Amino acid sequence: MTAELPPGLALQKVDERIMTLNVGPQHPGSGHMRIVVQIDGDYIVACDPDPGYVHRGEEKMAEYRNYITNIPHLERPVIHDSCNVLYPYVLGAEEILGIEVSERAKYVRVIASELNRCIYTMYWLAIYGIFLGHSTMFMWPAGDRELLIDLMEKMTGARVTHAHFVPGGVRNDLPPNFEDVCLRQVNYFEKRIKEYAAVFYDNPILISRTRDTGVLSRQDAIRLGTTGSVLRASGVDYDLRVKEPYDVYDELDVHTNVMKEGDSYARSRVPWLDMMESCNIIRQALQKMPKSGSVRTKLKPNPKTKGPETVYKRVESGRGSLGCYIVSDGKPEPYRVKMSVGSFRNLIALPYLLKGEKLGNMPSVYWSLNYWPVEADR
Amino acid sequence: MSSDSEKPTADAKPEAKPAAKPAPKPAAKKPEEKPVELPAFEKGISDKLVEKFADKVEVAFVKEDRVRINVSKENVHEVAEFVRDGLNYDHVESVTGVDFPADKEIEVVYHIGSYSDSSLGRQILVLATRAPREDNPIPGQDSTKLPSLRDVFYSVEFGEREVFEMLGVYFEGHPDNRRLLLPEDWADLPPLRKDFAIKGR
Repeated sequence: MTAELPPGLALQKVDERIMTLNVGPQHPGSGHMRIVVQIDGDYIVACDPDPGYVHRGEEKMAEYRNYITNIPHLERPVIHDSCNVLYPYVLGAEEILGIEVSERAKYVRVIASELNRCIYTMYWLAIYGIFLGHSTMFMWPAGDRELLIDLMEKMTGARVTHAHFVPGGVRNDLPPNFEDVCLRQVNYFEKRIKEYAAVFYDNPILISRTRDTGVLSRQDAIRLGTTGSVLRASGVDYDLRVKEPYDVYDELDVHTNVMKEGDSYARSRVPWLDMMESCNIIRQALQKMPKSGSVRTKLKPNPKTKGPETVYKRVESGRGSLGCYIVSDGKPEPYRVKMSVGSFRNLIALPYLLKGEKLGNMPSVYWSLNYWPVEADR
Repeated sequence: MSSDSEKPTADAKPEAKPAAKPAPKPAAKKPEEKPVELPAFEKGISDKLVEKFADKVEVAFVKEDRVRINVSKENVHEVAEFVRDGLNYDHVESVTGVDFPADKEIEVVYHIGSYSDSSLGRQILVLATRAPREDNPIPGQDSTKLPSLRDVFYSVEFGEREVFEMLGVYFEGHPDNRRLLLPEDWADLPPLRKDFAIKGR
């Protein structure tokens, strides 16, 4: 029966010595996915990631709703980073609908997306900490994250899933006195995350578990098409906020954090450095933002498109480049929406990195990829 | 089916030669300066492709940071090799399948970018090709097939697997054409085809 199957679909024969082990989807260390590993003794000889347990068909749903009603569900893949997930879609919809955005709205978007990046990264850091057995590193980020969630709540009215970005700007203007509160909280937050170095990043136990595990060389990081912190940890200087600045990032001074090592330690450190960079960006944006003005261009409930068009917009999210390809056929609903997400692109590195690694190193390699299963499945 | 003039994708008239262009307008340009200048750098990329492949590639648009070319499925592998070796692009960001039941075709779109060449940092080359579509698909065993680009760009591996399960396009030469996101026992139509309807809609 296997002979009739096209190549690639057939079952493969496994050696007698090799044991196949399913990690997940119920195993807490795997996230919402299954990782099929083949082990020889303690060493992984092959790894086959099997995502899809949280596939929700976002792309299919987007074909049935118009450009505005798509907003609340398209941010679902990463609820902590919902502003960044919506960002490329909103930029693309603006081009298709032909809407201009005010200067102040662009700054508000930048602040919101940087706050969201920190909120996401703190959540990821908490998980990374707990799966390395470092429970302080679970409690601290989970607690400090609340500061920024409070800020987002003031700004948008919701703790997560803000649905704040709309084509034409943002949904609501900033509340009174937001700038001062934001500056104070961000300054405190930055001071706080710097303390993580002493308890986590300079911790010899963490270093011994993550140094030189899962090394991704620069050439392979490029060849595999990885993105975001995984790419920058392997020594590639690539950040879309610098390379292809969208909205007002070209007016801000953004520094790209790059590390050369390419191991799990570098991959876990780069997002932490990025959070400090986010604090810098927020401070600059608060300073340069126009103090008053409209933040939203009024739209009709079912806006008209300019005509058949395809756009591909991308932004730098917490997990790397996030692209949105929208095909419009001139109807009020998009013909096709494709989200090219960082998690999905980084997943390809997992089988590559785990080969030859000890099974005990799997959590540190897997979570250092900054992988969010729900986003990869969409 | 060689490089069909596409329906919903063309934002300006697609023309075979980009030499003399009535050309798509780059966004936010005043209407009075009407012989719109194409962005020079992007024009250079498309010119190189046309110079090399002449009629085999059809330049659909040249916009700021984005160049789109349509290629027939016989030539897509050869063009992709040139894009990698001749133009310094090194990874594929996304592989998208788009179903066009009216044309009886499925379009597969590769968005190709470059990390190693810093002048291409903001560029995306959009490479589109089309496969024939069948009304009663048997994924993997009907005529909906395309050559895989996995040996040219390693990074298409999961993207092509996703297109295979979601639209039923089998990639010949792909080493691992299994399902990725859908359950193993999925027996319905490939779900991103237009004739797969969501309940209640």
